[in-house]
Amino acid sequence: MNAPAYNFAYLDEQTKRMIRRAILKAIAIPGYQVPFASREMPMPYGWGTGGVQVTAAILGPQDVLKVIDQGSDDTTNAISIRKFFAKTAGVATTTSTIDATVIQTRHRIPETGLHANQVLVYQVPIPEPLRFLEPRETETRRMHALAEYGLMHVKLYEDIARFGHIATAYAYPVKVNARYVMDPSPTPKFDNPKMDNCPALQLFGAGREKRIYAIPPYTQVVSLDFEDHPFEPYRFNAPCALCGAENSYLDEIVTDDKGSRMFVCSDTDYCEGRQAAGHHGAMSAAPYKDKAQGEANG
Amino acid sequence: MADLLETDQPLLIANALSKSYGRIVACRDVSFALYPGEVLAIVGESGSGKSTLLQMLSGQLAASGGQVSYRMRDSVTRDLASLGEAERRLLFRTDWGFVHQDPAQGLRMAVSAGANVGERLMAVGWNHYGRIRESASDWLARVEIDVARIDDAPRTYSGGMRQRLQIARNLVTEPRLVFMDEPTGGLDVSVQARLLDLLRNLVAELHLAVVIVTHDLAVARLLSHRVMVMKGGRVIETGLTDQVLDDPREPYTQLLVSSILPP
Repeated sequence: MNAPAYNFAYLDEQTKRMIRRAILKAIAIPGYQVPFASREMPMPYGWGTGGVQVTAAILGPQDVLKVIDQGSDDTTNAISIRKFFAKTAGVATTTSTIDATVIQTRHRIPETGLHANQVLVYQVPIPEPLRFLEPRETETRRMHALAEYGLMHVKLYEDIARFGHIATAYAYPVKVNARYVMDPSPTPKFDNPKMDNCPALQLFGAGREKRIYAIPPYTQVVSLDFEDHPFEPYRFNAPCALCGAENSYLDEIVTDDKGSRMFVCSDTDYCEGRQAAGHHGAMSAAPYKDKAQGEANG
Repeated sequence: MADLLETDQPLLIANALSKSYGRIVACRDVSFALYPGEVLAIVGESGSGKSTLLQMLSGQLAASGGQVSYRMRDSVTRDLASLGEAERRLLFRTDWGFVHQDPAQGLRMAVSAGANVGERLMAVGWNHYGRIRESASDWLARVEIDVARIDDAPRTYSGGMRQRLQIARNLVTEPRLVFMDEPTGGLDVSVQARLLDLLRNLVAELHLAVVIVTHDLAVARLLSHRVMVMKGGRVIETGLTDQVLDDPREPYTQLLVSSILPP
């Protein structure tokens, strides 16, 4: 009765070996999509089955896991994946970016700079950056093999012709190590510069599409652009309403049905950290709390 | 003097080209040399092996026998079969053009005309939006497409415009050799005439070598310098266009020529 129903971190050891081999190959060829025998996971495709498998393969008992979804530690997806590993691997979990050794993420890179002992695991829906321009898989593979990336610029050209600027706001294509063009998963292009020369290892897992790719630490990652239309990270021009941060990526939150909205950091850990350090934004409740506390004490 | 040397040597040489599919022989023992600035028409009825020959010449289909050599921009003549895939593809999008009968095959129907023309430039490393666009509008004007439609997708274009756009897309990298597979097929007569007129001017102006496959002798007469008549996979007659069309020697060619309705 006490025998565990499944192995440490859910996947059996042979599966983990298979995934680790794919990961090693991916690290050896930065930006190259390595096929792997993706398994069924106890969650639907689109909820991070690729990321979960990569995390399961690299997780050790000493690791501290953080899971974020759109920057937030407390959404359904983030909480359930965190609980999944807390239960199946018994690893420590955290919401702090600095304390984590493995961070699984969907659609964001934490605002706090990553360090050398961390691994960032991305959940990827569609790993092929050329997919919507060239539907044939045989052809896209050949294009990667021969480094024929003119088509990627056709997409950017279309953006400028239609909107007057490069309107691609997320999943903005990058060139890794001056060789492979890669889809950074649907992170906002605001996060693209963080991938360049990052001290942490970045792994990308696409479960449904059965691909793993990687950016090793300290690798050059360049966002594609035109000379006369250079890459520009986009950010809504406002401070965070809660912590007042001027340089973080913001979520727009609709607060009533009369058009009111607030802009807050999408990275909840970063925002909470700043508030704890005494930074306040225009809509922060902290001053009132302090006042109420003061009145209660006085 | 340099020009003389340039035109002295053949650009494309076919040597005993054959293609068979099992027992069916699609094309047998075709040899010719094409010089810079020369337009060669391959005429013949459906199933005579014209398109098979064109595909072999352009390196899209491996020949069962014989070889195709091409004089590269560095003046070295090389066997196409000895080129790596990367080199062949580079050749295809820089020094060569291929005009399909159906523009949908040669164009990206969902992206704008400007991007269609600019794609080859971006593929060879152009990285300046303004210059790509300038070059694209320049080429649209040269093929008589209203520059105001540069941002429209070719699926909103008429058949004749699509074909002209396809030509612009192929010529933007200033190729030396263009393959054309029935470029006027499926167009009405007045649009055909305009397209042929345009092609003839461009060919002369850019000193293009062209291999054009057609079953329309009028197209051959208007565009080409030389004609090759094919039947059952063989070349049965070859010579200067006027000579072959005005004074056909082979019975089959005589039949072809006489089956044109008198104007």
